[in-house]
Amino acid sequence: MKLKKIMASLLAAAAAITCLTACKTDGNTSGNDSENNASAGGNVLRIGGSGPLTGDYALYGNGVKNGAQLAIDEINAAGGINGCTLEFKIEDDEAGEEKAVNAYNVLKDWDMDISIGTVTSGACIAFGAEAAKDNMFILTPSSTAVECISGDNAFRVCFSDPNQGVASADYIADNGLSSKVAIIYQSDNAYSAGIFDKFKSEASAKGIEIVSEQSFTKDNKTDFSAQLQSIKDSGADLMFLPIYYSEASLILQQAKSSGLEIKYFGCDGLDGILNMNNFDISLAEGVMLLTPFAADATDDATVHFVTEYRAKYGDETMNQFAADAYDAIYIIKAAAEKAGINADMSSSEICDALKKAMTEITVDGVTGTSITWAADGEPSKAPKAVVITDGSYKAM
Amino acid sequence: MQKERKPLKAATKSNLITYGILIAAFIIVSIICASNDKMYQFKGMLVPLCIYSIMAVSLNLVVGILGDLSLGHAGFMCIGAYVGAFFSVLLKDNIPLDWLRFVISLVLGGITAGIFGFLIGIPVLRLRGDYLAIVTLAFGEIIKNIVNLLYVGVDGSGLHVSIKSASDLNMAEDGTVIVKGALGITGTPNDSNFTVGFILLLITVFVSLNLINSRTGRAVKSIRDNRIAAETVGISVTRYKLIVFMISAFFAGIAGVLYSHNISSLNTSTFGYNTSILVLVYVVLGGIGSTRGSIIAAVILYALPEMLRELRDYRMLIYAVVLILLMIVNNNEKFNLFKEKISISRFIQNRREAMSKGAKS
Repeated sequence: MKLKKIMASLLAAAAAITCLTACKTDGNTSGNDSENNASAGGNVLRIGGSGPLTGDYALYGNGVKNGAQLAIDEINAAGGINGCTLEFKIEDDEAGEEKAVNAYNVLKDWDMDISIGTVTSGACIAFGAEAAKDNMFILTPSSTAVECISGDNAFRVCFSDPNQGVASADYIADNGLSSKVAIIYQSDNAYSAGIFDKFKSEASAKGIEIVSEQSFTKDNKTDFSAQLQSIKDSGADLMFLPIYYSEASLILQQAKSSGLEIKYFGCDGLDGILNMNNFDISLAEGVMLLTPFAADATDDATVHFVTEYRAKYGDETMNQFAADAYDAIYIIKAAAEKAGINADMSSSEICDALKKAMTEITVDGVTGTSITWAADGEPSKAPKAVVITDGSYKAM
Repeated sequence: MQKERKPLKAATKSNLITYGILIAAFIIVSIICASNDKMYQFKGMLVPLCIYSIMAVSLNLVVGILGDLSLGHAGFMCIGAYVGAFFSVLLKDNIPLDWLRFVISLVLGGITAGIFGFLIGIPVLRLRGDYLAIVTLAFGEIIKNIVNLLYVGVDGSGLHVSIKSASDLNMAEDGTVIVKGALGITGTPNDSNFTVGFILLLITVFVSLNLINSRTGRAVKSIRDNRIAAETVGISVTRYKLIVFMISAFFAGIAGVLYSHNISSLNTSTFGYNTSILVLVYVVLGGIGSTRGSIIAAVILYALPEMLRELRDYRMLIYAVVLILLMIVNNNEKFNLFKEKISISRFIQNRREAMSKGAKS
């Protein structure tokens, strides 16, 4: 009896609320919005992002987290942006699309003003599509797929996949490194397949002959003897590796034991190979790679970043992701100062102002000097190539 | 004079309670959404909740009613998601009505997944127990790996398909690549919303409950309980197994379409066997064979890790502990007795008995 009464009164209450809210919603939405923006102000700019803080790619996510936090702390210590202090929050997305959208919603509840997007590509496309709907500014440090910045609200710090493929082919051709190239790529990985595709078309335009195309997938990435044998037979003198460092380390090992003498060239995915546990660094001797960040470079920006980062977070996550994120925060600072952003503006107004400012600024950072942006969001900077000599990167 | 009501069948009563809970939940959630401008996290989770509930209800048909262990359910979801998203992206500009395009892609995605369910079911359903589980697991992985290699583009002269790379499609200048191998499909129109998801969930539950209580459902349950006895009374085991498997795959496909129209980036990493296991966990923890339980478990277990975001690094740890606790509590005799005591159907039954006693005296 009692239960029925409770149920009945609950239902009645629910019905009453429906009627009330039905009348209320239309009139009040705009009013509520301005209230929210005012309460979000208070001289604080909130910068949010998401990345894989747990799971397979945690090294990348934590690199971004630490790199961005380092920059935020420095900026706050120096007085913030236009008098506003910065707050930073990064949510875990496990590199998944669905989790990234959830993370975006959590950040919206937190009143995020500016976003650094996500760390990985697939997640960034989903995150970016939601952000485009809200006109939220995004500057992703490390999402390389072309579609990540398809909205006009999105920019990036790193090179896109196709640009890396083109840059690699150009670099090999212009420096006369080789004319007969063999490739091993991961066919079920968007990053690797994306670079491979562009490298192939650019290489043929530049007169480089690709004598062997080998691929592997996530499920068979431990034994490369078949691929290496056919590369050996093809007579290639350079092997292009648009893959991640953990697989590359195995390839180097197995090539050595099968007696294959060849030059290696890779992209930023190879960055990190020297910090791997149980990897004989002498195997990587002479490997060339395009990477935006080399920890032992001697320019002032890199030296400053490396000392500060090492003191605070140690060496484990000091990779190009951390450097990209560190730069991303300073780029946002430069654009925000140019555009005169303050905490009273709504995230949509901030986005419009930053979009314009991004195409007008030139930034010197850890990952490149005189970086400029076009309206499509792609950065323009000189690719840096390094060669591994005596167990460390040397600029080429 | 009070008219003597015909007492409802136990199954019907239980079904009505399920619908009641669902509709009440829908109304309450709609009210909360309408009265709050913020709560983006809550609102963003509603469609995924519907998706995983549909997955759990449809898997419950195979695991709970048919009694076979299937570990490839995410494979069907993958098929539905890709077919639906492909159709929508292909005809984004040709079909002006968003809802019409979405309905067609839902039907297409569901039917394609259903056809795959049928094709896979023919060889697979002859196997039993562990072997069936292994083959369905393999099937899920095969689907995932094939889709991962697919490049499909369209230009003036029609469709181009390749399994090597986008440049092997040999398309004309004006062509667009829709399925981009490992990167999947991007830019799917965002047609899913909570109302659509809820209606689809309701349809799934309706079909599932009616199937369970039908002649076919009883035949299926008899196969589950004693296959040899069922065969001796002339029940065609393969036929009934195929029916259930197809229906289950169909709804998994629908869930996939819903998924691909909710998030604008679709790739196969979502549909690994982890997802299949996750859905199986919903079904098992919800009580195998219970449709209502599957939905409740799906909702709680999906929402939990999101609610625990504040706890940062500890959330996955807590999630695991909750799973273990649920498992223990679910099998606890005392808790089950307590559950009996507070159950709504029991309450209504007691009341009716009390009333009929009162009327007689």
